[in-house]
Amino acid sequence: MLERLYHMLVKEFIQVLRNPRMRAVLFVMPVAQIIIIGYAVNTDVRHVPMAVYDLDRTPATRDLIARFEGSGCFDVVRRITSEPEIQKVLDSGEAKAVLRLNRGFAEALSGGGSAQAQFLLDGSDSNTASVALTYASRISADFNRSLLEQRFARSAGVRLDAEPVTLATRAWFNANLDSRNYFVPGVLAMLVAVLSIILSSMSIVREREVGTMEQIMVTPIGRLEFILGKTIPFAVIGFADVALIALITVFWFRVPMLGFPPILFLGTGLYLLSTLGVGLFISTVSSTQQQAMMTAFFFMLPAFMLSGFVYPIANMPRVVQLLTYLNPLRYYLVIIRGVFLKGLGLEVLWPQMLALTALGTIMLLLAAGRFRKTMG
Amino acid sequence: MSAAPGTFAVTLRDLERRFGDFVAVNRVSLDVRQGEIFGFLGPNGAGKSTTIRMLCGLLEPSGGQGTVAGLDIRTQREEIKRSIGYMSQKFSLYDDLTVEENIDFFSGIYRVSREKKTERKAWVLDMAHLQEHRRTRTGLLPGGWKQRLSLGCALLHEPRVLFLDEPTSGVDPLSRRSFWDLIYQMASEGVTVFVTTHYMEEAEYCDRLGLIYRGELVALGTPGEMKGGLMADQVLRVSCGRSHEALGVAAAVAGVRDAALFGRDIHLMTEDAEALAPRLRRTLEEGGFQVGAVERITPSLEDVFVSLIEARDRADGAQKEFKA
Ligand SMILES: Nc1ncnc2c1ncn2[C@@H]1O[C@H](COP(=O)(O)OP(=O)(O)OP(=O)(O)O)[C@@H](O)[C@H]1O
Ligand SMILES: [Mg+2]
Repeated sequence: MLERLYHMLVKEFIQVLRNPRMRAVLFVMPVAQIIIIGYAVNTDVRHVPMAVYDLDRTPATRDLIARFEGSGCFDVVRRITSEPEIQKVLDSGEAKAVLRLNRGFAEALSGGGSAQAQFLLDGSDSNTASVALTYASRISADFNRSLLEQRFARSAGVRLDAEPVTLATRAWFNANLDSRNYFVPGVLAMLVAVLSIILSSMSIVREREVGTMEQIMVTPIGRLEFILGKTIPFAVIGFADVALIALITVFWFRVPMLGFPPILFLGTGLYLLSTLGVGLFISTVSSTQQQAMMTAFFFMLPAFMLSGFVYPIANMPRVVQLLTYLNPLRYYLVIIRGVFLKGLGLEVLWPQMLALTALGTIMLLLAAGRFRKTMG
Repeated sequence: MSAAPGTFAVTLRDLERRFGDFVAVNRVSLDVRQGEIFGFLGPNGAGKSTTIRMLCGLLEPSGGQGTVAGLDIRTQREEIKRSIGYMSQKFSLYDDLTVEENIDFFSGIYRVSREKKTERKAWVLDMAHLQEHRRTRTGLLPGGWKQRLSLGCALLHEPRVLFLDEPTSGVDPLSRRSFWDLIYQMASEGVTVFVTTHYMEEAEYCDRLGLIYRGELVALGTPGEMKGGLMADQVLRVSCGRSHEALGVAAAVAGVRDAALFGRDIHLMTEDAEALAPRLRRTLEEGGFQVGAVERITPSLEDVFVSLIEARDRADGAQKEFKA
């Protein structure tokens, strides 16, 4: 048993590591992807281009505009002088927001009444729009408060030092709500899945395609020896990639690693049971490498969408939420983020570990069971 | 079962394999003696590979029985795998491994003992003339060399029975000859060789032949027996000018079952060559052809196979008409 397995492993590693393209796929691609995605994925909204249509041109309007500019959230890219221009800058995308201040703004304020400011947003990018709106209302609230303070001081002759009730928000675990901290560890889960599922299934299907499988099958090699020989190398490579990506994440992107790294590797091992199970399963339903590749994508796309990586699971319809319990990615993401950002240990993450163990065992057994039929 | 395990290396009894409705191998029975070179012949799609796959434990038979090295092909597949060597129709070593790595891999999988490993490896490299190329990627070797290496890898564990499925297809004649030298060498050491081929001259090298057609065993015997007694038809050779045009005329003569060109000559199948010869000469000469020798010849294996297959087609046709 061990001798045959040893020879299978030697052969697999030679085949994988000798091929220059394979080496690139295994080690260069994940590094390149994590770096590109690390820089590209940034959902923090800053420097939204904004146009201003100021019809009043008074110190009050200039103050409000300065507050928008000073927030760091908006850049005033253009000052508009006519009505049709509003449409034009929004259509062309030159500005994503327009602040319109009507004539009489300052007068209304000094009269003690309320003045209207219009804030127009390009809603086609709903995420940016909603964040920009939040910022805009916060800026106008600040503006209101300071106005009130001024009025109060003027009428009562006292200065108001004490703030009225203010809500101090602070996000735990990711203090600056830095989206990179949130995304980069998630990319790790994605890369491990892609590599282990695609490579393990293709390496099996390739043997069938070129005919070496037939030669292997007349030898006394057992099913288990063959399956282990085909999965262990990709598990090892999966671990190596996790280590590599984790190092880049922590030392390059400065994502905190608050937890104990071996917990991450334990989680990775359990996660690989599932992904390799899926890879093995795909190999039993595909007769060409191309089919294997296609099937792998059919598996992976929903797995990513329904993992909580892109969209929060809590926002999904109930039925879909139930479906996500079958998704290994879901649990692995909790483990990764838990270890990186929250410093969680097994005392909290054990349900996820258990779920991955169960899912992985079931998938591997199912796939191995199918494997016998297709071998014979 | 009639065959004692000691005398027959391979036995088939009514062996059958269906794929859905299609019968790929139809109740084939035959025995192969130990140390014999048995040639399995038949046109494309006849069922040769399917039969070999069943014998090697790669395919489950749909019906019938078989033994290989005294082991049952239905119940003792794992034991059979240890005692046979198999070369599939497609080249199937790892192209991206070197010659040596392929040898090491297969001797590891067959669990050749540590002491024997080096000796067997040297033997294979020697036999395949690959000593200088041991570190060459297998994919870069010429066809004939690959085949020799395949054979070597199939022999690492010293099997008693060897199955070769078209081992020399696509290989040049010289390499083919040297490959057959290896087969003879194996047979002389007592290994039973079960080989399929398309090449008629290779059929002549075999001790015994089986002809399979549309899944059925059509003939069985030594090459000599096949040429001598198996054929109902006699063969008449006609050498004649413009033989291409003459072929059509000759085929239409009464008593001619079949006509085919062999080089510049025409071979005719007939029940009675003596009676046909004068009639044929007359007809051809009347048609304005220059007729040379017209003589009865001993049929070649190819003649025999063509005639047997056509006889089978005629019988099948008659049966179909009868049924309709
Ligand atoms: N797995 C399969 N499913 C369906 N039909 C099959 C299968 N394998 C073989 N056949 C059919 O069975 C018939 C016999 O095939 P087989 O490969 O045994 O022929 P062969 O004598 O080896 O021919 P060749 O000289 O082309 O190798 C063919 O018609 C083939 O299409
Ligand atoms: Mg064949």
